Amino acid sequence: MAKETAQNPVEISVRGLDLFYGRFQALKSVGIDILKNQVTALIGPSGCGKSTFLRSLNRMNDMIQGVRTEGVVEFEGRRILDPETDVAELRKRVGMVFQKPNPFPMSVYNNVAYGPRIHGSAGSKSDLDGIVEESLVAAALWGEVKDKLKQSALSLSGGQQQRLCIARLLAVKPDVLLMDEPCSALDPIATLKIEELMRDLKNRYTIVIVTHNMQQAARVSDRTAFFLNGELVEQGDTDEIFTRPKDKRTEDYITGRFG
Amino acid sequence: MERNAAIVKKPVGVKRKTARYKEFAWEKSIAVLGSISIVILALIFLFLVKDGIPLFRHVGVAEFLFGDTWRPISEPPVFGILPLIAGSIVVTLAAAAMSVPMGVGCAIYIAEIADPRAKEFLKVVVELIAGIPSVVLGFIGVLTLAPFVQEIFDLPTGLTAFTGAVVLAFMAVPTIATISEDAIYSVPREYREASLAMGATRWQTIYKVIIPASSSGILAASLLGVGRVIGETMVVMMVCGNAPVIPNTIFQPVRTMTATIAAEMGETVHGGDHYMALFAVGLALFAISFAINAAASGAARRRGAGA
Repeated sequence: MAKETAQNPVEISVRGLDLFYGRFQALKSVGIDILKNQVTALIGPSGCGKSTFLRSLNRMNDMIQGVRTEGVVEFEGRRILDPETDVAELRKRVGMVFQKPNPFPMSVYNNVAYGPRIHGSAGSKSDLDGIVEESLVAAALWGEVKDKLKQSALSLSGGQQQRLCIARLLAVKPDVLLMDEPCSALDPIATLKIEELMRDLKNRYTIVIVTHNMQQAARVSDRTAFFLNGELVEQGDTDEIFTRPKDKRTEDYITGRFG
Repeated sequence: MERNAAIVKKPVGVKRKTARYKEFAWEKSIAVLGSISIVILALIFLFLVKDGIPLFRHVGVAEFLFGDTWRPISEPPVFGILPLIAGSIVVTLAAAAMSVPMGVGCAIYIAEIADPRAKEFLKVVVELIAGIPSVVLGFIGVLTLAPFVQEIFDLPTGLTAFTGAVVLAFMAVPTIATISEDAIYSVPREYREASLAMGATRWQTIYKVIIPASSSGILAASLLGVGRVIGETMVVMMVCGNAPVIPNTIFQPVRTMTATIAAEMGETVHGGDHYMALFAVGLALFAISFAINAAASGAARRRGAGA
């Protein structure tokens, strides 16, 4: 696996990223390369900055008052923290799945069709039907919902809602999927399905996942980054991190001594 | 579990007994207060019925509702309230057409677009507008707006249905804006995030996610605003020109049901036909506003059900 990692090109490169909420520094000079078609897991105790880091990759922190960022985040050679970045365009390429499933209060079909509609990426009704089906298939949900596309998305189970949110994102045809603890509100079986899905999706997408669950990080990710108090303590191949961590703090965390 | 056990074990002392009586007293007095308002409402309705219904011994219901002439003091008097209903409807619809877009737009701006300081400022301004007495607005309507309307539309008089509708719209905007803002505010933040995280712009998010998600609340707000307009009396009496005729255009004077009651009640003989006719007008108005409010609370309920 380590060999394969070395061959994957860099999708997002982060250098010297500092982030402040007012006076509080939430990220301290973080540097990491996110590799293409790999699952990168961000682990660490609550409040360590891993979600904040994830949200700075598609500038979702912009929505919070009083956030200031410094440093460089490069995606496809563009510095996305620059003020002139087209944030909507960036988020179209680097999409996000949230902790709590958040389908819109509309039908299953309209949820998935939302992205293509706002971006005008479907030429005709049959195009749109095609994108919706394809996205639901890719999110491993088609079989369960193909007869209830007109039903409200809120009538689905939590796990189905989360896969719907993934399908909704895939319909926009992004390159990178950011997942912020996507399974923390789900039961073990739904969690398993999402994990299977991630292994499947990484052939076509680059995935960054924040997780509290160390087993999950070990199961699904190729690379792991350990955050503590806003610092990126250690990063590397998941196998390495979990079997031979270099830093004492990483070892303490993954063996469950704190967190 | 443990707590329950403790309660059961505790001997029933004097203190607990008084607490129970207190509880009982509170519950009952709240129930009495609540019932009083219902009783009063019922009495108002009965009073309207008692003084209004006897009119229909002399005048047919259809003749009353659909008669196109209101001449209560000629000999013999004619009680057709269609011109008054038409006046109310024209003024109300025109006011709604102006106030709903303004109020909803205002709510969207306050809830979604304005920065926190602008938001606080605008909320105060909206509350201030809500606090202006209607007679003051009527005054402004008569002295400032009416001459202006007369001049720009080149009319024989500035006191028209249109003028009244503008002033009423101004009165309805705060109601519509504050309630719509609550509805928009209660749309979960997650929906916004989801939409923005897919590369939607702020406007797309507002238009395609937030407004649909809060639509029943916005509808309820609009209906409540309209309910306020249809019951308003002082402004329409001062500004609408008070001509009880069915208008051909919105730029003619009209007289609403409310203005008719207010203007004529002083001149009637207690218990006379004219007196009863005004009560019957009140009854018709009651029915209309009841229908609007019922529609509004129906819309709000659907929102509560999470539609």
